[in-house]
Amino acid sequence: MQSHVISTLVEDKPGVLQKVASLFTRRGYNIDSITVGSSEVENLARMVIVVNGNKQVLEQVTKQLNKLVDVVKVKDLEQETLVQRELCLVKVKVKNEISRSEIIQYANIYNAEIIDVCDDNITLEVTGNPKKLNSLLELLKNHGIIKIARTGPTAISRGKN
Amino acid sequence: MRGGEAIIKALKEQGVDTIFGYPGGQVIPFYDMLYGDDLRHILVRHEQCAAHAADGYARASGKVGVCLATSGPGATNLVTGIATAFMDSSPILAITGQVPTHLIGNDAFQEADIMGITMPITKHSYQVNDVDLIPSLIKNSFEISSSGRPGPVLIDVPKEIQEKELKKYSYSLIDTPGYKPTTKGNIKQIRKACDEIKKAKNPIILSGGGVIISNASEELKTLSNLIKAPVMTTLLGKGSVNENDEHCLGMVGMHGRKVANVSVNKSDCLIAIGCRFSDRTTGKIDEFAPNAQVIHIDIDPAEIGKNLEVDIPIVGDAKNVLKSLVEELKKDSSKFKSEEWFKNTKSLKNKYIPKTTYNHCPLKPQEVMKEISESLNPESIMTTDVGLNQMWAAHFHHAQKPRKFITSGGLGTMGFGFPSAIGAKVACPEDNVVAVTGDGGFLMVCQELATIKEYDIPIIIALLNNRKLGMVYQWQNLLYDERCCQTDLGQTPDFVKLGESFGINSLRVSNPGETKEAMNNALKDGESILLDIIVDENEFLPMIPPGSCITEYLGEYKLENE
Repeated sequence: MQSHVISTLVEDKPGVLQKVASLFTRRGYNIDSITVGSSEVENLARMVIVVNGNKQVLEQVTKQLNKLVDVVKVKDLEQETLVQRELCLVKVKVKNEISRSEIIQYANIYNAEIIDVCDDNITLEVTGNPKKLNSLLELLKNHGIIKIARTGPTAISRGKN
Repeated sequence: MRGGEAIIKALKEQGVDTIFGYPGGQVIPFYDMLYGDDLRHILVRHEQCAAHAADGYARASGKVGVCLATSGPGATNLVTGIATAFMDSSPILAITGQVPTHLIGNDAFQEADIMGITMPITKHSYQVNDVDLIPSLIKNSFEISSSGRPGPVLIDVPKEIQEKELKKYSYSLIDTPGYKPTTKGNIKQIRKACDEIKKAKNPIILSGGGVIISNASEELKTLSNLIKAPVMTTLLGKGSVNENDEHCLGMVGMHGRKVANVSVNKSDCLIAIGCRFSDRTTGKIDEFAPNAQVIHIDIDPAEIGKNLEVDIPIVGDAKNVLKSLVEELKKDSSKFKSEEWFKNTKSLKNKYIPKTTYNHCPLKPQEVMKEISESLNPESIMTTDVGLNQMWAAHFHHAQKPRKFITSGGLGTMGFGFPSAIGAKVACPEDNVVAVTGDGGFLMVCQELATIKEYDIPIIIALLNNRKLGMVYQWQNLLYDERCCQTDLGQTPDFVKLGESFGINSLRVSNPGETKEAMNNALKDGESILLDIIVDENEFLPMIPPGSCITEYLGEYKLENE
């Protein structure tokens, strides 16, 4: 089992996300994450889907996606040239001045932005590949995490492709 | 021009002569505009049968079949028919009414999310939000439905859209950049296939429904004769090759002919065309054609490697690919190595002729099917229901031409046989149409007797009556210790009286020789008739237990010559 990142261009119409999602359910594939946003082409949106599975599953996923009339292009991004980024918002408890300064230090190290502060918590915004996010969250756990909101990774390939 | 009128006009411009439908609250505007129009509408007695009839129409004619129903329950009643068409790649267009746009999402009366419900069983679907798009949407639906790997398309039309005036009736282009079926085969792959075929000593062709859809029967015959390879078919491939041809081995699979099942496992090169290696065709997949190099030709790339690992995939339309394949093969004049194998399979076919002569009472279904089959000319269309009657037909009826054997293969929909026969007869009024059905399946759709009576659509209904849900009853007997739970249908109804109550000639057939006589009379007579043929409930079809190799028959495979 390996995690694959599939980048698709789809028609920007109502119901397309449902079609893609229902395809995964119906064929028994698992979506790890899915992000949707506009693309460089007008009227087309880009969906980045992270899916777990062996080679055969991946082949079927891409072929079945290609069969959907609303799906214009499907590409399995190669692991070597892949850049993944995810955004995470996290609200952390602040018990005292020591914990506040420690959290701020972590934020600096991880290039996270402090977007909100109040007397008993701090909210950070951090972007990066999912592993970086996990590692920061791991550190923040000791302080007590109140809430996490993650976007799931989006991705693009480096270089000319 | 209003939305409903635009639908009618656009359908006609796509060549539609007949639609099958059932009115209801949210399609009253459409029916109002159909009033007095010359587009033929056949009022079925249940929406499911409208979808099956459209499907039968499509399979018999190769054109898109159209069915129409109201919102909510009307639309959901189409679902089984749409799923049936989807599984068998049949081009139908389903038009459904929908509650007015401003009520969508409010759980309005007779509202159902038919777009959501049918998403996994349609090739594509549209909900109309702009009345001016109607002509383009209809045109587009026909293109998508009938091209590439065909399939059902659904258009959901809210009530007020049907009544709205169009600014202009035009085919303003709707672009579908994501839809580009590959039709031409890759020449490199075709050459690879040629090399493999040249090497083969025991090549065999597996012909599926795709060959019929792409009208490739001629090309198939040329290939078979050129490379000296016998042809076997899937259930849906029946008729893609003349089954009376000495090199046609018949259907392969769980209920396949012995000669086909045995031969495929001896072959060293399997050329599979327009088929998807369903579990009913292959049995245990690891032991299917174990020694063969597999060449798989299909228009749907997703079918390649889905069930069976393939050595040489060729994506493209069967007709195109077969043409190029034959051309390439002819370039090299070296001889094929399969002459002897070709002769051997022919003699094996003669050795393994399944037994059909019984002269027994109650009637043996094998003999009944043989008599029905022999009474029909090559142009006659046979539709079947699902279950034992279907397998008797698949095994013992010889289809001689494409589009003359119509059956629900993938979904296995009981109740398909009779309504699909209605569609087939409407599409091909010149041809005799026989619906082979069982007592279980027929009772699911028997209300359509009213339809054939009202519209005078002559159909011969050959009802193989064993008072059982035969296929399940067979499995219970053979695989579940004879614990026959809920498969006895009792003695109700009296099918002869049932048919007569609808004004349909009905006749009970229970003695040897009577089937032939009844069929011949019915064909001469030209009117609809219901033949209630009483068959032996304990006559089982030879079968391969699920998950077993296709040469491991359960029970005796009775041969004619023994």
